[in-house]
Amino acid sequence: MRKLGWFLAGGLLVALLLAGVVSNFASSSPDGLDATAREGCVFNADDEITGGTCMLQQEREHQLKDSPLADYGIKGIHNTYLSTGLAGVAGVLITFGLGAGGFWLVRRREQGAA
Amino acid sequence: MDAQAMHIANGIVDGPVSAIFVVFAVGVLAVCVSRARADLDDRLAPMAGLVAAFIFAVQMLNFQVLPGVSGHLLGGTLAVILVGPWVGALCVSTVLIVQCLLFADGGLTAIGLNITNMALLGTAAGYLLVAGLLRVLPKNPGGLGATAFIASVVSVVVASQGFVLEYALGGTTALSLPWVSGTLAGTHALIGIGEGVIAATTVMTVARVRPDLVYALRRFRKPVALEEVPA
Repeated sequence: MRKLGWFLAGGLLVALLLAGVVSNFASSSPDGLDATAREGCVFNADDEITGGTCMLQQEREHQLKDSPLADYGIKGIHNTYLSTGLAGVAGVLITFGLGAGGFWLVRRREQGAA
Repeated sequence: MDAQAMHIANGIVDGPVSAIFVVFAVGVLAVCVSRARADLDDRLAPMAGLVAAFIFAVQMLNFQVLPGVSGHLLGGTLAVILVGPWVGALCVSTVLIVQCLLFADGGLTAIGLNITNMALLGTAAGYLLVAGLLRVLPKNPGGLGATAFIASVVSVVVASQGFVLEYALGGTTALSLPWVSGTLAGTHALIGIGEGVIAATTVMTVARVRPDLVYALRRFRKPVALEEVPA
């Protein structure tokens, strides 16, 4: 059975680079769902609906919109590259920690295996 | 920065229907946990954590599909191929929960809707296609890549139609359902192509570097016979 450590380290490094660096070059257009939800409404410069009919009309704010990592940025860091990148790095590490930890806890214990 | 709202926000679908889907999602995830245990050994557990972290990272990478419209990977098919259907659904759910609770992406009220569409429907569709396609396509990196691509396109469109069902049941606005369904299917077919390219590249890379870590190559080969034989 080959060691998993190097593969995990390499994979995490790729994920950290994608979330920490490449994420700054992602498209900022609304995604497929959001774009469809906005279609039919007129928006002002502050992105508020000023007229029309669309799925987004009854949208309510996120309950956790003031969280320190809200909208993939770190509150208080004003350089957007740094803010997005660090939020991405935090997200990858937290997701890996929660995922690997959670899956480890519910894993099948091998009976009699070393 | 005008950061993305990438998933269903609060208030698009009404409270009662959102609540029903929370109950539905929790129920299915409980089944996933119990079925996942059989797959989760000492090696798959950390691998699944990595798959979740990778999906989180790639979901941040919105790519343009039309002028003014972007899309991002959902990850269901990728997860199915690398860690299997039950663990895969849990990986995508983990990402959605982290995004909702820490990044304010995807409404808290809408978490059941988002999990149902992306983690359950998308993953289930991806699984059915992967299992079917690997019966006919060669079990090598090329066959796996083709499988990942086709299954991703279908899986993303299926996930988008999950939203149409939820909107039909509890939408807070009254737009034409055929229009919503058609528009979402069209944009998500394009998003699925992008997802397919990413998923195919990823699984082919893993299949070349560490084929022993690709669930689909180990488990989908001979459905029953090889299950209990350690490699």
